[in-house]
Formats: sequence, structure tokens, C-alpha cells
Amino acid sequence: MSSHPHDPANVTNPEHAEHRIVQPGTYIAVYIALLIFTGITVGAAFIDLHIFNPIIALAIACLKGVIVILFFMHVIFQSKLIKMTVGAGFFTFLILVAMTLTDYMSRSWGLW
Amino acid sequence: MDNTIVATHDIHAEEHHHVSLPQHRHHFETAEQQREAGTFGMWLFLLTEIMFFGGLFFAYLLYRNWYNPAFVAASNQLSIPLGTANTAILITSGFFMALGVWAAEVRKQGLLVLFLLLTTLFGFVFLGVKYVEYAEKFEKHHVPGASFDISEFVNPPINQKTGKPIEEPLSPDMARKTQVFFSLYFAMTGMHALHMIIGIFLLGWLTWRAQRGDFSSGYVAPIENFGLYWHFVDIVWIFLFPLLYLINRHPGS
Amino acid sequence: MSTTSSTIVNLPDQRTATLPKRNYLNAEDGLLSWLLTGDHKRIAMLYLISITFFFFIGGIFAGLIRLELLTPQPDLVASDTYNKLFSMHGIIMVFLFLVPSVPATIGNFVIPIMIGAKDLAFPKINLLSWYLYVVGGIMTLAALVLGGVDTGWTFTTPLSTHYLNTHVVTTGLAIFVAGFSSIFTGLNFIVTIHRMRAPGMTWFRMPLFVWSHYAASILMVLGTPVLAITLVLVVLERTIHIGVFDPSLGGDPLLFQHLFWFYSHPAVYIMILPGMGVISEIISTFSRKRVFGYTAVAFSSVAIAVFGFFVWEHHMFIMGVSNYSALVFSLLTMLVAVPSAIKVFNWAFTLQKGSITFETPMLYAFAFIGLFTIGGLTGVFLGSLGMDIHLTETYFIVAHFHYVMVGGMLMAFLGGVHFWWPKMTGRMYPESISKLSAVTSFIGFNLTFMPQFILGYLGMPRRYHAYPAEYQVLNVLSTAGATVLGIGFLMPLIYLTWSLKYGAIAGNNPWQATGLEWQIQSPPLTENFIETPIVDYEAYDYEWLAHKTEQEVTTVG
Repeated sequence: MSSHPHDPANVTNPEHAEHRIVQPGTYIAVYIALLIFTGITVGAAFIDLHIFNPIIALAIACLKGVIVILFFMHVIFQSKLIKMTVGAGFFTFLILVAMTLTDYMSRSWGLW
Repeated sequence: MDNTIVATHDIHAEEHHHVSLPQHRHHFETAEQQREAGTFGMWLFLLTEIMFFGGLFFAYLLYRNWYNPAFVAASNQLSIPLGTANTAILITSGFFMALGVWAAEVRKQGLLVLFLLLTTLFGFVFLGVKYVEYAEKFEKHHVPGASFDISEFVNPPINQKTGKPIEEPLSPDMARKTQVFFSLYFAMTGMHALHMIIGIFLLGWLTWRAQRGDFSSGYVAPIENFGLYWHFVDIVWIFLFPLLYLINRHPGS
Repeated sequence: MSTTSSTIVNLPDQRTATLPKRNYLNAEDGLLSWLLTGDHKRIAMLYLISITFFFFIGGIFAGLIRLELLTPQPDLVASDTYNKLFSMHGIIMVFLFLVPSVPATIGNFVIPIMIGAKDLAFPKINLLSWYLYVVGGIMTLAALVLGGVDTGWTFTTPLSTHYLNTHVVTTGLAIFVAGFSSIFTGLNFIVTIHRMRAPGMTWFRMPLFVWSHYAASILMVLGTPVLAITLVLVVLERTIHIGVFDPSLGGDPLLFQHLFWFYSHPAVYIMILPGMGVISEIISTFSRKRVFGYTAVAFSSVAIAVFGFFVWEHHMFIMGVSNYSALVFSLLTMLVAVPSAIKVFNWAFTLQKGSITFETPMLYAFAFIGLFTIGGLTGVFLGSLGMDIHLTETYFIVAHFHYVMVGGMLMAFLGGVHFWWPKMTGRMYPESISKLSAVTSFIGFNLTFMPQFILGYLGMPRRYHAYPAEYQVLNVLSTAGATVLGIGFLMPLIYLTWSLKYGAIAGNNPWQATGLEWQIQSPPLTENFIETPIVDYEAYDYEWLAHKTEQEVTTVG
């Protein structure tokens, strides 16, 4: 984690990443992928898959979210610091969900 | 965790070439340090946004499990075509925002202004569609409050072809829980729309500055960081759409 | 002034010493230059003034509460007025004093200097954070003047949403705004600590004060927004009756508790962690030793921050949460005591065989260690399920969190203010009277809150303005103690103000401390450093300092 603003080439600094300009081609590909996934998620909702309906819907939403974060938001080209920061945010949200659910799920066993 | 000491006593001039952009602030050593600090700060702000919406998402998770039939019925009141169209519109808006960042990076002032305007335009279209949807809820008395009406969930309208109700009728007790769904619907989409409105104001300001030429000399941090915000708002909608609109779209099966 | 063996204070010759001609205080003149400043040091001073103001407002409420409890009968105020008194006391003290106390004042002032930066990463956001604080404060005052709020500081639903007709909305929004002030402070610190360190200032060369602020900042950034959305939902529930927390509409009041305490338990660590940082600095400086187990203390700060997110349900054991879940949270609560204990033991080992001197900051630090240990250990009592059912909602819990918040945090804050006062103002506070005030607050504090442990154990519930006559003796002791405590807190206000003009000139490094902030002039220049420092020594390296001083003796002219 040590970093030096004066580290000449920033080679040892995980908080630094070479700045990259993402080209429009990438954006177009991502855009098309997002539209396709939107189509899939709507289509999947009209098929009865029981328990898998919400799972698929959420999985596709997560996938779309990850694509946006990685490419539109350039996280894939960012430093480890930024990647960890993004991860930390979602991790804390999962703590909120999981730890609160320990109460709700065990308060009425079997009803969840 | 690297704890070695690299005290660079002999700093060469070329190591931190002080770029003399007017936007460069005195307390940063290099423009790059300033830029990375800005991005990092923006991401930390987005973390707070994740947790802010996180509370709402958890409330949704809880009540959807508690009152699943009510959530299914209430969700079917939302229009899938409008929701899908809005998803596509917002993704398009985000796409133009991403192109805007690129245009700023390659210093094409005209393109940048164009993309920012397109981003704004699609933002407005999204809000317009949202307005149509909200108006329908008001007409049908599906807005939580004193005038909330559950009759449509207790006695769903009859499908002319089959002669059966288009929806599984709910007991009055469960039907009242549809109000929880609509509370969350308005809280979540409302909070999202509020973020969009704030974003559109910022977009107007950025467009004005871009047109003035502020971002044509390699200083793109405001565009880039606003892009992060705008994409974050996209992501929230990417989750809201399936959670609110697509809970159960196969009635009768 | 000569240095004797009983003190390390090393002041310049008062006959010739002057304040530096150019410093951040006189760099610009006029009120506007303060209100529009981007200088972290000036913003710290703005914060110091405003939080002191709110501290004394909150203190007045505390005084009125103790006055009412002097007698068993409800003779001073009516019950709903009493509810307002303790609510406003809690809200002001928690959100407008404790949360911003050390970070926004001392942290704001010294963190950039400690890591060798010219300013925080985002000076304008820093100023914005102060303005948000002021707006939040004014809204709270408005609610107060218009008639107050009586929900308790916890805004418990459905009490706050359905049963009360006081200014819940105004206060809720005030806390919402003040919360963003705290978010922006935290955000600024994290970015600054990551991106603005001087060359050679590695993570493990940073003073522990910076580490503890880093940990607290993580909590501010990740916890506060959850409080914000919760308050928004409470306000919406009150104004347009959405049913998220309303059981009659299908909502769950416990969901409010979960979301509220998801922030408000980590908030306890937001309050105490910066205080722990202050103590690390003071203990090391006044025992002339590197903090024992530096790495352990640094990581225990981060561990407290992480564990802090896993324990909130212990505030809800008696509220009808699942027994199994309560068991898990009880266990996790015990775990969070471990990193706190690591810190206390490491401070104790730092003192061992050190050359200890008893300057005022050190007295406050001793008070902190003792009182925080009592507060922390009684927390373990409350974290265990069986004890909690007996003790919660009694005066035991009141005593417990006052031992942590007042005995811990406030002592650390006062210790820190005394410690960095010479750096902030360039002048020393009067030594003997400040020692007296430290001792006075320590005695007053224990007299106030020790009886409350006993009262709580005997079963006196909190938040009532009348009580059975057999509790009176202990309550009278407590009120008497509060008077002493009040005097102990008023004294610094007076003599610190006095010292602004008449205090002895402090010189650069009155304590002979090692931090970067002590190597520059006091008060510092607006840009802190004339040239970016290059750090080639570890934190708390007193030999390096002695060596440096030796070399300087020949060059000082």
C-alpha cells in the first residue's frame, strides 16, 4: 500500500494506473451488449421458471451493472485502489443485507 | 503491503513536470495526482450513494418476501413497454455520456457539446416517461396515502376472452400490502428521479462550460467525474427495472 | 526558559520571542477571508468555534436534566419538557458535537501537516462540509426555538412518525444535512491520506492519529448514508404517510432500528477512534517513547472500523429480534472489545519505562485511558444477552456510554486541544490552571456518572423525570458531580480564550514532539511547508529529533 507521489514511473504504486482513453468502439460494443441484456431480462420474465425468475433477473442486472462499472466507468483501467474501493462499497451493502437477514430469517424459521 | 522506504532525495525535474493548466491546484504536486485524487474522491462519494440506495433496496427485499402476492399483483400494474423503453433510453443517455468523456479526452469541443446535449435530451425523455407513469398511478389511486384504493387488487377486472380475472384476486388484508409496494416504488424511483434531475442541472452547467471551451485543453476531470455519477444513476435503474417491473409476468401459469 | 527534569516543555526566550510575522491567521484579513477560505487550518478554527458553541448548548440541557433529577418529584419541568431536554441534549451532543469534534477540528488542522501536504485534497469540499454543518446546526436550533423535539436522539418509530407532534421533520432534515458534512469530511480525509502524502511518508510512517482518522473516515463514508436514507424515510412517513416503518400498513418498525443502528453503532466508533488517535500522540510525546506495538495499534483502528459494522443489533436485544441472531451479534460484540483492548494495553506498555511527564494533555490522556476502559468493559456487560435484558434502558447504559463518550471522547478532545493549542495559535495555555481543570473534570465526571452505574443496576430507568425516593442520594451525588464537571469544562473556555492574547509564545515545538506538524512554525504558514518535506524517519523517532535539534543549534540565528 505504500505509495510515493514521486515514484518516477509509478511502477510500485497500486494506487496509480496509467491513464487510458477508452475508444468509442468499446463504448458501442458495451452499449449493444446492454441493450441485448435488457431484451433478455424482459423475455426471461415472461417464462415461468419458478424460483429462477428473480435469480435470473438479478443475475442479468448484476452483469449489466458490472459491465457499466468496468467499461463506462473505466474501472477496468483504473488502479487497484479504485477497484478495491468499488468492491468495498458493494461489500458493505452485502453486510447490511446479510447481517440484517440473520434477524429476519431466524425470527420466523421456515417462512423465508 | 510494501513497507520499504523509497525516500527519493534526488528528485529530477522530469519526474514531476508541473503542467501549468489553469485548473491545476497549488496543493497537488502534479496534474495527474490531482486527477487521480478527483476520481478517487468521486468514487468514495458513489460509495455513499450505494449505501444510501442500499437501505431502500434492503427494505424492498424484506417486504417483497413478506408480502410476495401483493408485490406480484402490484408489480403487474406497471407498464413493461414503458419500463423497457425507459431502460433503453437511460442506457442510451449513459452511452452518450461515455462518448462525451471520450470527446473531451481527444479534445473535440464540438463533439463534446453534442454528446452532452444528447445525454441531457435522453435524460429528459426518461423523466418524461416517468411522468406519464406517475400520472397513471395518480389516476388509479395507487399512490400511497389516504386515497389509496385496493379494489383493483381485491376484484381484478375480468378478461373478456377467457372470462376469468386477469389477476389472482388478493384477500383485502394482503391487498392493503400493495401500498407497501407502491411506497417503495415511489421512494426508489423518486429518489432515482431526483438524482436524474440534479444530474441534468449539472449537465446544463457542464455543457455551458464545454461550449466555452473549458474542457478543450486536456482538463477533463469534471466531465469524467460527472460521467461516473451519471453511470451510477444508470446502474441504480438497471437494478430497479427488474426488481419493480418484472417480479412476475406470467399470471395464470 | 530552562528545561527541568519534571517537564519537557521547551519554550523560546519570552523576552525576545515573537509570533511568526506571516502565518495562516494573518495571511488575509476580514470576515470574508474566513468565510470563503479554502485553508484547512482556518476551516478547522471555524469548526472549533461552532462545535464549542453547540457543546455548551448541549451542556445547558444536560445541566437542566441533572437539576430536575435532584429531587424525586417532577418539580422543575413537566414530563414532556423533560423529554425535549434529553432529546435535544442527545441530538446536539451526538450529531453536532461528538461526531465532528476531533476529526473536523484537530484532524482538519493537523492531518495534512502530519503527512506533509499543503492542504486537504478538496479544500472547497472541506469548506462546503463546514457550511453543511452550520446549516444543520441552524436547523436544529430552529427546531429548538420553535418548541423542540422529544423523540430521543434515536428517532424511534412509530413514536417519531405517529405519536409525537413536535419538530421531528426539521430535526430529521437537520441531521440529514449535518450527516453530509460528516461524509464530506471523511471523504476528504481518505483521499488526502491516500494521495497527498509527502515523499517517504509511507503508510507505516504515518502518526497513529492519521491511522485512526483513516479508519473513522471509512465509517463516515459508508455508514452515514444509511442514516440519511433512514431519516428521509422517517420524514416521508411523517409527511405523506408511506408505510415503510408503519405496522398498521404492513411496515416493520424494527427495520427502522436495523437501519438506524447500522449507522449509529459505527457512529460510536466515528466518535471514539479519532480520540484514540489523539491519545496515541499524547502518550508517546509525554513518555518520550515510540508507541509500543505501532503496527498493532494502527491495524486495531482498522479492525475496530471493520468490526464496527457487525455489531449493531446489540442495541436491539430487547426489541423482539430473533434470539439466534441476537446470539450471533452478542458474540461479535465481544470481538470488537479485542482491538480496543489492544490499544489500551499498548498505551500501557508505551508508558512502561518511559520518561513520563505530567503536562495537561497527558493528564487528559490518563483520564481517557481509565474512563474509556471502564466504559468499554461495561459495554461488554451490556453486550452479553442476559445482562443486557436487566441493564438496558436503565441508568447503567447512560453511565456506560457517557464513560465512553464524555470520559473517553471529550477527554481526548480536550487533551488534543491543549496538545495542539500551541500549534494552532502559537501561544501556550496557562499550565497550572489547566492542570486544575483536567483534575476537576476527572473528579466531576466520576462523581456524575459512577453513581449512575449503581442507579442503573438498582433498576432506575432512563428517560424519566421522576423516580422513587430511595434513589435520591445517588442522584444528588450525580447532580453535584455534574456541577463540578460543568466548572471543569468552563475553565478551558475561559483560559484558552485568555491565552489567545496573553499566553506565552510557544515556539515551533514546545513538546519536543516528532510529528511533521511540530517541525514547522506555529502558527503555520497558509501553505504549511515552504518546500515539500521528504520523510526519512519513522513515526515517534525521538532520537531523530534529538539529532536534528543538535544540528539546528548551530544554525539558529
